[in-house]
Parts: sequence; structure tokens; C-alpha cells
Amino acid sequence: MSSLWWRKLVNRTMTVLTGLCAVLAVCALFLILGYILADGIRALSIGFLVNSFKPIGEANSGIANEIVGSAILIGVGSLIGMPVGILAGIYLSEFGTNKFGTLLRFLIDTLTGTPSIIVGVFVWTVMVHPMGHFSALSGAVALGILMMPIVARTTEEMIKLVPDSLREAGLALGAPRWRVTLGVVLRTAASGVATGAMLAIARIAGETAPLLFTALGLNYLSTNLMQPMGSLTVRIFYFAGSPYEEWHNMAWAATLVLVTMILVLNIAVKILARNRHQQA
Amino acid sequence: MESTLTENAAGSGGDRRRGRGPSSSAFSRLNSRPRIGDPLFKWTTGLFAVLVAGLAALIMVEMAVNSKLPFQKFGFSFLGRSIWDPVAEQFGALPFIYGTVISSLISLIIAVPVSLGVAIFLVEKAPRALSNPILFIVQLLAAIPSVVFGLWGVFVLAPTLRESVYPKMQSALGFLPLFQGNQNGLGLLTSGLILSVMVLPIITAVTTDVLRSVPGAQREAALALGSTKWEATLIVLQNAKSGISGAIILGLGRAIGETMAVTMLIGNRAQISPSLFDPSYTIASVIANEFSEAAGEIYLQSLVELGLILFLITFVINMLARLLVWSVTRGEGRGGHV
Repeated sequence: MSSLWWRKLVNRTMTVLTGLCAVLAVCALFLILGYILADGIRALSIGFLVNSFKPIGEANSGIANEIVGSAILIGVGSLIGMPVGILAGIYLSEFGTNKFGTLLRFLIDTLTGTPSIIVGVFVWTVMVHPMGHFSALSGAVALGILMMPIVARTTEEMIKLVPDSLREAGLALGAPRWRVTLGVVLRTAASGVATGAMLAIARIAGETAPLLFTALGLNYLSTNLMQPMGSLTVRIFYFAGSPYEEWHNMAWAATLVLVTMILVLNIAVKILARNRHQQA
Repeated sequence: MESTLTENAAGSGGDRRRGRGPSSSAFSRLNSRPRIGDPLFKWTTGLFAVLVAGLAALIMVEMAVNSKLPFQKFGFSFLGRSIWDPVAEQFGALPFIYGTVISSLISLIIAVPVSLGVAIFLVEKAPRALSNPILFIVQLLAAIPSVVFGLWGVFVLAPTLRESVYPKMQSALGFLPLFQGNQNGLGLLTSGLILSVMVLPIITAVTTDVLRSVPGAQREAALALGSTKWEATLIVLQNAKSGISGAIILGLGRAIGETMAVTMLIGNRAQISPSLFDPSYTIASVIANEFSEAAGEIYLQSLVELGLILFLITFVINMLARLLVWSVTRGEGRGGHV
């Protein structure tokens, strides 16, 4: 056994080192956010938010069509992904206590780690290729698929928190199982399920890879789901890869808009979750 | 447990009612109606659960069907060929597999010690009042989109590395083949660095969960025997070993599948070079770059086949990781949240 002072020294050193790791991780976030804020605010203006894309050199170029496009893609994607995810989550929590449920849970967990670009390729093979053209709908389907496993698992966790006494009370009143689940259990867990859904939206809002060859991108405003559609993330990708200083600045400004939205969603989820925790 | 119990109770109640047969009172008329609601509900929700879980199989089949051409032409040699020539219609996966593996390994070499350090600090050192906010900040890091990391990497990280870090590394370590050759800031090392920031949150979060699930009695026992806090932590780490390996493998899965940031930083050249400064290519980034513009069926299908390889690798990795994590946390804690 080494001497006591040495063991104490090791102990203190490791405390400092692990603390430094934590400082490093925290700094990484603030460093990146700092750059986004500093570089993004320069090109940000009201005009930038309400004007559509213009070719390089023309004044008053903006990202209005991308903001609308992202909103539509996320909205339609949520309409596809959420109902499926919530129903799957209900099954996992209410009927999935057996081995089969464990298997499903395991597969769904595994699916959350699937690279999003794979989902893009998958949707391309089942939608874009047969239809013969890129479309906003296929992009929304890709985002919906990405949401499904996340929503399913958060819904399950939230519904599990509902005490069994509520279920038993409903059943004792003679209500069938499905009415108890939808009318009592799901309603009790509603705020939790909603925060889970917000988290899933925050996740897909930042997705680029699955949109590259589904929704593609578009230089003007469009609300047609059968046509390609622009999105903030794809626009940032192309701006960043362009040789123009002006577009680089626009990429930073678009990033500021996107990251603000995602961080607000994440912080809102955190606050809602904490409030619920305190009530319980 | 409880919910199966209530389910059985409801089921046997229904049986009894049916056994009594038809009766004239309004109450039993209500109950004698066949109850299709509950089975229908169970099967509908079950169908959607199977649908989500079955997506993996669906994706696999669909991608396999759509990569028939290159498979017929190249067979399994696709994996070992290092040529990628769309004009001559010659395709092989080796340079992309190389780039994917090396950039992911670099990211783990950097991210694993830091993530473990953060997790140990959060669970073993810091009070909850400090550890919860730090954990939240780490989660926010995970919420930042890949394309944003890419943007930051292209305009901040890569120029900094090119101007002040890489030249110094080269003059100090240039005798190694790893650090020779030209360096323009875009390449394996740069993408490995950005990947390390991106996988840090998941490794930290899962390791934190795993460490928190190790019973406190173990720490107390070690301390009672006269060990220092760090020695007690080592014993905790010993017991959380498989869970921590799971967390690391989960991070590896993320690094392998990460697309946008790597596409923007790796330099996009299909080559196998020993130098970490050299541009390279990963499976995910070649798909992102070339898929929407690929002309010719075999070119497209070769990209789909690359996708299938990526999917199979990440699926197996994630499965292994989940099993290891579950073995410690017993399926509790974060599931789909991360």
C-alpha cells in the first residue's frame, strides 16, 4: 500500500481533473453559442426574416421561404410521427410488461441510434424513387419516422408514472380498459407526453441529412407538399459551403434563428418537467 | 406487474358475466354486448408498436432490395475495393469504411476520458445542486444540430487548427507518418475533434445514469474500510464497467453515423492515407454529398449499399451498447430521451 500522503494527493488530483473535465464541457457549449450569437447577429434583421432568397449580389435576400418550409416540414412530420409514437408508447406501458414488450422496447431503443441519413435513404427508396421527383412530403415522412421511436419511449415513460390506483378506480367504475387508458391515464400524463413531443420536435428541427434527398431545397416560397421545399438546415449547409462572404454571414444568422428556437424548446421542456416534478 | 394484475381481473370479470347468460335487466344487457373495444384497442396500439419496432427490418429489406446491382456486380469484394469511380462504374467501400473508423476512433480517444471525467465529477464529487445544471448544459450541447457544429467547425475550428495548432504538431511530431503531408485544416483529425464534442453528451449522460444506479452502500463500504474518495470511486467504476462500456459503444455508434458536421470538415476525398491531416471521406458523408446528384442506377445503388453497411454496423453497435447499459441500469433511466 502506498503511503497516505500519496493516496491523498491522488484523490485531490482526480477531483481537480474531473472538475476540469466538467468545466471543459460547459465551456464547449458557451464557446459555440458565443460564436453563433456574435456572428449571427451581424446579418440578422427584420428584412432577413421576412424576405425570400435572392441570388448573390441582389439586396434584401432572406430566409423567409426556409422558415416557412421548416415549419411545414416539422408540422407535417409531427402529424405523421406523433400519433404513431404515442400509440406505440401506450402499448409499451399498458400491455408491454411481458417479454414481447421488452423486445419491442429494445428494438425501439436501438432505432433511436440509427443515423438520420439512413432514414433519408430509406424514404428516398420508398417514396422519391417511385414517385420520380423530390417532394416536401417525403421530407416530412423522414422527419416523422425519426420522431416515432423518441415519442414512443417518452410517452411510455410518462404514462408509467401514472399511479395504478387511477387505472383501478376507472376500471372499478365499469369503464372498459380503452376508455380508462385514453380518458384517465393519457389525460393525466398529457403534460408529460406533450413535453416529450416538444423534445422530439427540437430533435428533428435540427435534422439536415434526411432532407438532403427528400425535400431537397427550393429558392422560393412554396407550400406545395408534392414539390421540393427549402428548410433552414439545408440552407445553412449550402450557404456554409458557398464561396461568398455574404452567404457565410447569412448562414450564421440562419443558425442563430435555428439554435434559438431549439434551445428555447429544450429549456421550456426542462422548466415544464421541473414544475411537474415539484407537484408530484 | 400491477397492470397485468388489473388486466387479468378485468378479463375474468368479463368471463363471469358471459357465463351468466342473457338477462332482462338493463345492466346486464349493457354487459352482454360483445366487448370489442378492449381487444381492438390492444391490437391497434400493438400494431403501431410493432410498426415502429419493425422499421429496422423494413429499412434493411428496402435497402437490400435497392442495392442489388452493385451486389451482383461486385459481391462481397465491394467491402474490400478501394476504387470509387462513378464514370467507369467501379465502386468499393474501403476508403469510406477507413475514414469512418479512423475519425470515430479519434473522437472516442478524446471524448471518452473527458466524458468519464465529467460523469465522475457529477455523480461522485459535485452536490446535486451543481450536478443537475451541469448535466442540463451537457444535454443542451447534444441538442445543437450537426450542421451547426459543421458551420462552427468550418469557420472557427478549422482555420484555428490550420494556422496555430497543426503546424506546431507537425514540427514536433512530424517524424511520424500520422502527422506528415500537407494540412489545410480539413481532414480526419479535424472531423475527429468535432465528433468528440458531439459524442461527449451521450457518453456523459449514459455514464452518469450508470454511476447513479450503483448502490451507495458500495461507496460507504469502501470509505469505511479506510479508502480515499477516489479509491471508492474506482470500486464504483469497477462495478459499473459493463454499463460504461455500453455508454462508450453508444458514443461510437453516434460518431459512425454522424453526417453533416463530418461532411463539412473531412475534406471529402476517397483515399486511404496514413496522415491524420489528409482529407478523407466517411460512409455517411459520401451519401450526403453524392446521393442527390448521382446519375446512373448502379451509382445510386452503390450509395444505397454503403447506406446498408452503415445501418448494419450502427444497428449491431447500438444493440450491443443497449444490452450492456441495461445490464447495469435494468432498463430504467433514459431510454429514448438521449
